[in-house]
Amino acid sequence: MSNKNKDLIPQVLTVLFIILVLIYFTINAQNNMGNRGISFGFGFLSQESSFDITFSLIDYDGSHSYAKAFLVGLLNTILVSAIGIFFATILGVTVGISRLSQNYLISKTAECYVEIFRNIPLILQIFFWYFAALRALPLTIDSINFYDISFLNVKGWYVPRFIWTNFSLFVYSLIAATVLIIFVSKYAKKKRDEIGKQVPVFYISLGILFGLPFLTFLIGGVTLSFQIPELTQLSKTIYVYQGGVTIIPELISLALALSMYTATFIAENVRAGILGVNKGQKEAAASIGLTKGQILKLVVMPQALRIIIPPTTNQYLNLTKNSSLAAAIAYPDIVLVFAGTALMQTGRAIEIISITMLTYLSLSLSISAFMNWYNKKMAIKEK
Amino acid sequence: MKLNLVKPSKENLNTFVTLGSVLILVGFFDFLANTFLDLNFTGFLPGGLSFLTPIIIGVIGLHFIRIEFSGNRLLDKINTNFNSSNFNAFLSLLVIFALIKYIPPILNWFIFDADFAGNTKQDCTSGGACWVFVKVWLNRFVYGMYPDTEQWRINIAFFMLLALVGASFFVPAKIKKYILIFLLFVYPIIGLKLISGGDFGLEYIETGAWGGLSLTFIVSAFALILCFPVGMFLALGRRSNLPAIRYTSIGFIELWRGVPLITVLFMSAVMFPMFLPDGTYVDKLIRVLVAITLFEAAYMAEVIRGGLQALPKGQYEAAKSLGMGYWRMHFLIVLPQALKLVIPGIANTFLALVKDTPLIFVVGLLELAGMVNLAKTNPEWLGMAMEGYVFAGLVFWVICYAMSRYSQNLEKKLSTER
Repeated sequence: MSNKNKDLIPQVLTVLFIILVLIYFTINAQNNMGNRGISFGFGFLSQESSFDITFSLIDYDGSHSYAKAFLVGLLNTILVSAIGIFFATILGVTVGISRLSQNYLISKTAECYVEIFRNIPLILQIFFWYFAALRALPLTIDSINFYDISFLNVKGWYVPRFIWTNFSLFVYSLIAATVLIIFVSKYAKKKRDEIGKQVPVFYISLGILFGLPFLTFLIGGVTLSFQIPELTQLSKTIYVYQGGVTIIPELISLALALSMYTATFIAENVRAGILGVNKGQKEAAASIGLTKGQILKLVVMPQALRIIIPPTTNQYLNLTKNSSLAAAIAYPDIVLVFAGTALMQTGRAIEIISITMLTYLSLSLSISAFMNWYNKKMAIKEK
Repeated sequence: MKLNLVKPSKENLNTFVTLGSVLILVGFFDFLANTFLDLNFTGFLPGGLSFLTPIIIGVIGLHFIRIEFSGNRLLDKINTNFNSSNFNAFLSLLVIFALIKYIPPILNWFIFDADFAGNTKQDCTSGGACWVFVKVWLNRFVYGMYPDTEQWRINIAFFMLLALVGASFFVPAKIKKYILIFLLFVYPIIGLKLISGGDFGLEYIETGAWGGLSLTFIVSAFALILCFPVGMFLALGRRSNLPAIRYTSIGFIELWRGVPLITVLFMSAVMFPMFLPDGTYVDKLIRVLVAITLFEAAYMAEVIRGGLQALPKGQYEAAKSLGMGYWRMHFLIVLPQALKLVIPGIANTFLALVKDTPLIFVVGLLELAGMVNLAKTNPEWLGMAMEGYVFAGLVFWVICYAMSRYSQNLEKKLSTER
């Protein structure tokens, strides 16, 4: 047998096996759906969903379509992931740096935090915050009061609502500021490379970032006012807060658990990254007369970031996937809304589970594609 | 002698240390009086300032005793470890005060005010944790709904596992091989048969009744044993020269790694039965095991691939030059070395697997966390959520922490050997 045939046979067998399994599954699925009187298709997405969702970022009620319900779930997933990523990063970087502190108390506290929260299953932490910790909050009538503008009780956290006029102008000014800052930093880099002059980029950028939006308030007619939640009495014993924005306890506990759990992994990444920078680099930087701050900013951090960022993006991805545990406490994310309620109502298991999995899959694949590109860009270019 | 208050120096060591210690003590005294005696000596100051006085006084005191190379070993130790700058002094005090303030209430709730005696919720009167809840439900937390009279079967299976694992550490290498083979191929069948029953005069117990901590062990152990070979072949497949096999493996791995486990479990619960001939019923536990196995195998494959890539090319070439074929080269030369390289990674995957097991609640199987969820909704035991989750958290923490420590030790051991 020639070498070529030897390579060909296992491949043909593999492909054949996969095709056979797929055909077998398809035939069975067709039979099963035929028995239940449903046919494969995505037409149901435009049908009326006729169920309500407790928490939605966009206008939604039962008269909207399943596709819209999917969108609500997706937005809720993105919302909790974004909040989680934001706080996990802040907490993770703080704890990671604290673990390297010379201060014995600080480094031990950070270590305890990491060891405790990393080794308890995330789902238990979510349960703990939702069923145990947040349930211990006071009732609506004796809410915890934050300076009369924000209230926390067992029903959720009530914060002021922002009411904007000419909001779009404000957004444009932010975009313009960002573009301007990019130009300034490019210009500063050019100046530094050409004539060695340092331009105070940071302060100029800060000025632009706050100055431009501020100008829109002064001359662009942009105004911002707050609607503060107020306690109103519905009946003799029922009180609610009206006006303002309600952050539901499901969202709070999910965001808390996700960020505290993921922060431990990010902390370990940060620590490994800073430790991974060669000591010789710092000494070399010191020997050419850089100050301590300059060493950190120009020598240590760029190299540490190269080690920190890839595994940290991975953690962001994990956090996003872990946000699907929301289903356990009935936070209306994509799994609960779509793979839960919508599936229960329509019975279209194959379509709905496929859409849900594809959504997560495309999210993951796009982030890992971005990561590969980034890694290639940041890789040390050896000569 | 003139005192420079901004820059304490060695010449005035005694003066500064005395001054500093007094200030630190005053700070602590103020804080303790505030916390435990409800006395606020600095109440005349505005709110925020009064709150911060102990820390401010303490930081000034610590500033005075910050004298480099004082010659006093204790002082030098304190200064380097807790007091290297004003900022560090502030943080140290903050941590100490927070510990003093929050540790006693937690300990009180946990032990000193907790109730251990009794059998009903009404026996919990002292205001602390009601461990009676855990005591009463412990049987369910460990064995799930498994009948009380049959629980010895789970115990025997578990002790058999312990004995086998223990034995494999102490016997000579020649017998160890057979024990491991027995453990991997024969024991799972014996254990499963023992627990599920149906033959040999043992009563059949359906998987719906299994639960609690024992189910956590069963699921993680089986998933680990099963996902290992699958992951190995996927890893080899991904590094294969044959495009069809390579792309199949890549597709398979990336598919499972890209989706959350909960959707995979949903899939096994509602979508998978649609793909089987009408009327076939696959046991819930088996479906869950297959789902978790495939999911973890994808992660395992990536770990093993890391080991395969880290192995020097010379090893492959040497094996080929001896005339070995693909399978002999991999099983005799490459994989034994590659697997040894990634033992920590394998341990981490296993750790993740154990932490993922509570998710099987989505298909209605209740292991420890699920059992706690069930117990806390019992009308006679309402309001016991905190105790239940703290208990479950402790159990999981002990298991996971021990495992992570073990894997860290392995990592250290392996890195020094090379």
